[in-house]
Amino acid sequence: MTTTSPPVAGHRPPVGAPSSLPARRRRRSWTGWGFVGPFMAVFALVFLAPIAYSIYLSLFRTQMVGGTQFVGFENYARAFSDPQFWSGVSRVGLFLVVQVPIMLGIALLVALAIDSGRLYGRNFFRISIFLPYAVPAVVATLMWGFMYGTRFGLVANINDALGTSIANPLSPDWVLLSIGNIVTWEFVGYNMLIFYSALRVVPTSLYEAAELDGASQWQVVRAVKIPAIRGSLVIATIFSIIGSFQLFNEPSILQSLAPNAITTYFTPNLYAYSLSFSGQQYNYSATVAIIMGVLTMIVAYVVQLRGMRKEA
Amino acid sequence: MTATTPSTPAAPAASGATPRTSPRKPVRLRSRAPHSVARPRRSVLMTVLAGIVLVYALVPLFWLVVNASKTQSSLFSSFGLWFSGDFALFDNIARTLTYDDGIFGRWFANTVLYVVLGAGGATFLAVLGGYALAKFDFPGKRGVFATVIGAVAVPGTALAVPTFLMFSQMGLTNTPWAVIIPSLISPFGLYLMWVFAAESIPTELLEAARVDGSSEGRTFFQVSLPLLAPGIVTVLLFTMVATWNNYFLPLIMLKDPDWYPLTLGLNAWNAQAATAGGEAIFDLVITGSLLTILPLVAAFLLLQRYWQSGLAAGSVKE
Amino acid sequence: MSIRTTRALRAVAATGVVALALAACSSGGGNDSGGDAGSADDVAAALEEGGSLTVWAWEPTLEQVVTDFEAKYPNVDVELVNAGTGNDQYTALQNAIAAGKGVPDVAQVEYYALPQFALSDAVADLSSFGADELDGTFTPGPWSAVQQGEGIFGLPMDSGPMALFYNEEVFTQHGIEVPTTWDGFVEAARALHAADPSVYITNDTGDAGFTTSLIWQAGGQPFQVDGTDVTIDLADEGSTQFAETWQTLLDEDLLAPVSSWSDEWYQGLGNGTIATLAIGAWMPANLESGVPDGAGKWRVAPLPQWEEGASASAENGGSALSVPAASTNQALAYGFLEYANAGDGVQARVDGGAFPATTAELESDEFQGYESEYFGGQKINEVLAQSAADVVEGWSYLPFQVYANSIFNDTVGQAYVSGTTLADGLKAWQDASAKYGTEQGFTVNE
Repeated sequence: MTTTSPPVAGHRPPVGAPSSLPARRRRRSWTGWGFVGPFMAVFALVFLAPIAYSIYLSLFRTQMVGGTQFVGFENYARAFSDPQFWSGVSRVGLFLVVQVPIMLGIALLVALAIDSGRLYGRNFFRISIFLPYAVPAVVATLMWGFMYGTRFGLVANINDALGTSIANPLSPDWVLLSIGNIVTWEFVGYNMLIFYSALRVVPTSLYEAAELDGASQWQVVRAVKIPAIRGSLVIATIFSIIGSFQLFNEPSILQSLAPNAITTYFTPNLYAYSLSFSGQQYNYSATVAIIMGVLTMIVAYVVQLRGMRKEA
Repeated sequence: MTATTPSTPAAPAASGATPRTSPRKPVRLRSRAPHSVARPRRSVLMTVLAGIVLVYALVPLFWLVVNASKTQSSLFSSFGLWFSGDFALFDNIARTLTYDDGIFGRWFANTVLYVVLGAGGATFLAVLGGYALAKFDFPGKRGVFATVIGAVAVPGTALAVPTFLMFSQMGLTNTPWAVIIPSLISPFGLYLMWVFAAESIPTELLEAARVDGSSEGRTFFQVSLPLLAPGIVTVLLFTMVATWNNYFLPLIMLKDPDWYPLTLGLNAWNAQAATAGGEAIFDLVITGSLLTILPLVAAFLLLQRYWQSGLAAGSVKE
Repeated sequence: MSIRTTRALRAVAATGVVALALAACSSGGGNDSGGDAGSADDVAAALEEGGSLTVWAWEPTLEQVVTDFEAKYPNVDVELVNAGTGNDQYTALQNAIAAGKGVPDVAQVEYYALPQFALSDAVADLSSFGADELDGTFTPGPWSAVQQGEGIFGLPMDSGPMALFYNEEVFTQHGIEVPTTWDGFVEAARALHAADPSVYITNDTGDAGFTTSLIWQAGGQPFQVDGTDVTIDLADEGSTQFAETWQTLLDEDLLAPVSSWSDEWYQGLGNGTIATLAIGAWMPANLESGVPDGAGKWRVAPLPQWEEGASASAENGGSALSVPAASTNQALAYGFLEYANAGDGVQARVDGGAFPATTAELESDEFQGYESEYFGGQKINEVLAQSAADVVEGWSYLPFQVYANSIFNDTVGQAYVSGTTLADGLKAWQDASAKYGTEQGFTVNE
């Protein structure tokens, strides 16, 4: 708690046994920049410059008839009263609140199961569940898109075979869930691995102490394991939140299969994309993207604060 | 469950070096309580439950393999999860590799190029950056990570058009650099390396080297780098996945199919079915998808020893 | 803290410079570097002298044309690039024009999108190169589509007069007659679906091109353009007629809920569950390559009519080749255009399966006498050429049709998945399009 940490991240370089030695004579000098410099230079080019340009763009308006004019914050005012934008925001918000806990929950449970050593063939589990992460989003969405087909896809096959009538996964009512399924499928293994790795380095002394106190497996989990991996939980949550707010790849690729269910403003990112590339409204698109960026940062910051506060 | 249960040290005590061993408690409720935290009883139920997740993870991949072996017409008329019709896997693979003058091979080569330069570069930058964050105190340090995470929060679409305009002013669009340069920044890699470097490089070692008169650069390459090896492999693998699967930015930057990575190429093939006069090649899309994921899968399987220890050591401890 | 602020300030200053530079560069627009309007002589000279051209097109038959062209004019080197189909192409083109770099010399642009490029002067006026002499070479629909005001902004490459492609086997099997009017079409839809619930007369999940073409056929003129003055009325007579008829089909669930061009669509065409397609004349090539199971089963009939006994048709799709104004090789580019679309290239493309836009080819005996094996030996080009001649005149697209089509499913498309009616959906589409037009500086009347 001594080093103030950057607002968002599971930072606080872990103070484990090795570094508890005295006299951290870290030299407060510019040497560090020699090492972090290359990263920051490319970062400035690839992130900071475009963001700055985006902000600049958001203050203008270009028309097909009439050219470009400076309009100040008009674009922002328009965004705040734009029902399409807010429907997109609420949609990813809903997605976030449902999909992230489910995915992280499954990932955590699987990680705990593998870590508990009570599974048969746990190496196989670890590798196989991680595999979907290696599949590009394009391929994953194409695959699931083929499978979701209610006339000739897998859903149809299941319906025919079992006599059920599963709802069309690509109908407006279900499409968000279907996308959530694809995203969960893609990332559950990745998050599982992060948690598992964190579990593997929990000091054995903690387990021995719990053992001596007579804790059951379940109590060990609650009182030892989960608190010990809090940092990983927070970071995984933050990255998942950012990913949810930026949801784009999966709806974009599914759109041709479900054009009426996935509107051009389905998610804010998709909305910004359509504004730019179908409507040439680069300025308004930049505005939407900046607002989303700020929103995401706020939420991530809040999560990080709450996550870090819990560790007394 | 009291502390007075007699413990039998015996053999288990000898394994004090391995994690999680402890004296065995006599089991009272045979079917309920686990044997111990140390030598837990293998649970069929848990295996089955985890197995459900496993099936969930593998079914689409199985679907991919099965359907890559079908001809286009049997693709449309057969049950999705089992083989049917002629076994056309090798045929499909041959056609995938030779369609359109073998452009698939070109796409494959492009992807390898982007991955080697992009992921390699990203790992290099992340290693340097993480090392700096972990081992040095420099002005603006607090701001660095905050800015990086903050920038990542901005949706890619905000960056797409400005980056495109910028890069085309610099003459970089439609070249490999337009794909490689943006992929050099991996915030997750930076974080991982930060944590890993802090964990595995004792500051005294660095101090010793400095006292001996070694420059920072030499210290880094000779002292620190070897210690960072597992972490480096981990970051390399993760950035490899990210660059291999890169889709959105290349979509905007590249217009010449000769420079497409595999993701863009597959998407173009899929879109081909949707044009007047275009040829529907869903079977090639599926086979191509299978071929696209094989290298990554192989890389992960072969290198699992390294990245698992890397992730483990690099995890955050509180 | 102060160091951080300084660093931040420096970064802002640096990016500010970059931004200003970019703004200065990109606000120049696409018009500066283009060549001056040349003449027909310039074209001939350019072909002699040679050079290199970049062509952005997705039309597969152009490959042969490029080979032949390079053989005829050995000094010219043509690079054919598939930069994406439809919208992807337009996005790429617009991006390139905005950046002022990487603009191709020739670009394939569909008819509905051409007005947008013409209006913003993104494509060159070809009249001075000799295009104005080509009056009569092309069928009326495409020819009026490439003209805007006084200028000619592209040469028609192919055309898509509509016809009814139907699976004869399905109709014979259930003893149903092929409809000749849209009312008859609805009747046939009911009969088919009643006879076999897995069979639909056609599929539809909301397609802007299809809807506008049908309104076109019904004589509607919902989009009227006069310079920057635009009128949008999607409740006019033709539009209403379409909406009412099509609503019946929707209400009674007679349309297969399958998206066109998806894998399920190809399946449905092959196994008889999608019985007809009311679509453009370029479809045979797609059927032959994508629906091998349907060989011998499909036939072509004239498009069903809104009025008994009439003979009206409309265009659905089809594209032209244009020369972006930013190209530095305009004369040479026009040489290629003329060859591909009004010269020897046309026959090469027809041989490759394209449906031409030139009257000469369409009326030739050879063309009309072609017996298609896929269509059971039917002389399909007779029907299709007749359709080309029957295209209703007076249709125009919006100068921002690309955008309007992109939001079609957000508005009209909702009628396919909810209780909204087509009429309401069309109204929503009209409102959204009008709003966009006003924002873009047009004067919009509704």
